[in-house]
Amino acid sequence: MNNRLYISGHCRIKDNRVELNGEPVFTQKDSNFSEFIKALYRDQQFQYSKFFKMDNLSKLGFAASEILLRSIHINVKGSEVGVVLANANSSLDTDVRYQESIKDKTNYFPSPSVFVYTLPNIVIGEICIKHKFTGENALLISETFEADQLFDHTMSLFKDGKVGSCLIGWVDYYLDDYDAALFFITRDNDKKTNFESEKIKSIYQNWS
Amino acid sequence: MSSVFIASHNIVSPLGFSTKENFDGIKNGISGVQLQIDDSLSNTPFYGAVINTEKLEKQFQLIGNPKNYTRFEKLLILSISDALKDSSVDVKSERTGLLISTTKGNIDLLESDKKNQFDENRVQLWESARQVHEFFGNPNIPMVLSNACISGVLAIIMASDYIKSGRYDSIIVAGADILSKFVVSGFQTFMALDEEPCKPYDKKRNGLNLGEGCGTMVLTNNSEATIDGKKIVVSGGASSNDANHISGPSRTGDGLALAIEKSLKNASISAGDIDFISAHGTATIFNDEMESLAFSASGLSSVPVNSLKGYYGHTLGAAGTIESILTVKTMTQNLLVRTAGYDEYGVGGKINVIAKNEEANIDHAMKTASGFGGCNAALVFSVK
Amino acid sequence: MEELINKLKAEIIEVLNLEDISPGDIDAESPLFGEGGLGLDSIDALELIVLLEKNYEIKIENPQDGKTIFFSIKSMAEYITEHQAA
Repeated sequence: MNNRLYISGHCRIKDNRVELNGEPVFTQKDSNFSEFIKALYRDQQFQYSKFFKMDNLSKLGFAASEILLRSIHINVKGSEVGVVLANANSSLDTDVRYQESIKDKTNYFPSPSVFVYTLPNIVIGEICIKHKFTGENALLISETFEADQLFDHTMSLFKDGKVGSCLIGWVDYYLDDYDAALFFITRDNDKKTNFESEKIKSIYQNWS
Repeated sequence: MSSVFIASHNIVSPLGFSTKENFDGIKNGISGVQLQIDDSLSNTPFYGAVINTEKLEKQFQLIGNPKNYTRFEKLLILSISDALKDSSVDVKSERTGLLISTTKGNIDLLESDKKNQFDENRVQLWESARQVHEFFGNPNIPMVLSNACISGVLAIIMASDYIKSGRYDSIIVAGADILSKFVVSGFQTFMALDEEPCKPYDKKRNGLNLGEGCGTMVLTNNSEATIDGKKIVVSGGASSNDANHISGPSRTGDGLALAIEKSLKNASISAGDIDFISAHGTATIFNDEMESLAFSASGLSSVPVNSLKGYYGHTLGAAGTIESILTVKTMTQNLLVRTAGYDEYGVGGKINVIAKNEEANIDHAMKTASGFGGCNAALVFSVK
Repeated sequence: MEELINKLKAEIIEVLNLEDISPGDIDAESPLFGEGGLGLDSIDALELIVLLEKNYEIKIENPQDGKTIFFSIKSMAEYITEHQAA
């Protein structure tokens, strides 16, 4: 078996801009995240009403995965696709919102639909539901984008034969500050980029 | 690829601050689940397993200044310290990783009266992990896994994979979560809490109890490592996603069955080789039903299975590590521990619930977990 | 009743984040859950329990009761009318 791995594609959402494989897809200046992401949803015709029930972290990760995965032909079964994501702020944006709803004893109405998003791996669940990915999962936390850790983790899954392809990357959201950088890793060499830690680091850093 | 051995372990819980106290406790039917009447945790009384704060502070004073660490960090530091006592693994080595599994970490710091006790960043999981790393002088970047209720099981799988791939020689896996108003109220809004002690797999089960604690398992490629004189290895593990619903367990058990199938394949054994399953068994109606379907579909119907939630409640990010350690103790002590709270069979699939303590010879044991986000994980331990 | 039904429609759209649906799109008698209706799920059901408590001071202790109460907007309105009067 060819043991080499490749980056089939990558998508970035940051600063009200979306890029797929380094090419601009969508921009909307001067809007906050909720306006921006709704405009992106309309522009890209996601047509997925559950999107509006998601918290901001899930909306961000879902949107980035939609745009990336639309551009890729996945030739392994859903059970062989892993999703490994990382971020710094966990689900803190929604945690803070949930805490607001329980702090006052006289106005105490915690919401189950907010609480369910107070786990950072829910975004993985949302992506898996949409694409019927039933393979490996992991949500890692680090202060900054750790290319080496994502790389090591992904390599260990491939080496052990646990995945045939893997959606990996960074999905971080806190207080209107957001950044998503997703990569799809496969064994197919369709003149694609080699999967290396340095490569995902340079793609990630190459944002202006 | 090298084998991954268990070098040492510790459990900090309402049952005690060492694995021995914990295993003796469950062996003798002692449960940490008690009626909690505490305004800081819930507006109404609830059943849960809470660590005595005074005892925790006293114990912590022996190794550090309690003022410098949060409750969550104290659990981690106490547990890791004790686990390292019995192990030759050098925590200060670059070849030793430290992996923390948790769902909510220092979430109690969002409460208004606790907000100013620590720096604003302290609520971040990476910052809390950094504090623990600093305490032990570990030179590597803190690794944190936060994957809902499978966090602990998945962390052991992840650590084992990292050692197999040669990235580290040893990894200290510590899973912890504390009880907080945040978590208790959340499960209350999900109407997921039983008003009595929980009853896994029982006909009258009606929800879970929450708990807090920490479990630390030290994994290594050093083949000299033994537990109670036996060599125990992590022989395989895998995770899966139901791809069905973000909070409701699958109605079919297919996702968990997939994780089980993959973990058996990863361990190069078959379902017939498994001698014991430590299941998730939260005692919610849907979780236990789902697990029973997955175990029967996987050819595990006759394998003795228990849930330890009746002793500890659901300790979230700690559950997988605490229950894995007790699985290892089950293997070295040749004793299957009964499922506390279980009385009358109440699930649709055919499984073999352990209703009373029983001696058994165990070569291969499985630990499973399932959680929000549709995730499942299964892990196999073997006597080498 | 008509007034309550319209109020409920607006409240449900808001708390359940039903984007692109207006009160006029919802048939008061068609099922809220499952295929053919609004396609609500188990989390939505829990959210409706909170809505009844918050806006109508009606507490539902057993989530199983939700199945009949939340069958449709009309059944919700009837339940509210009955229990507020009592």
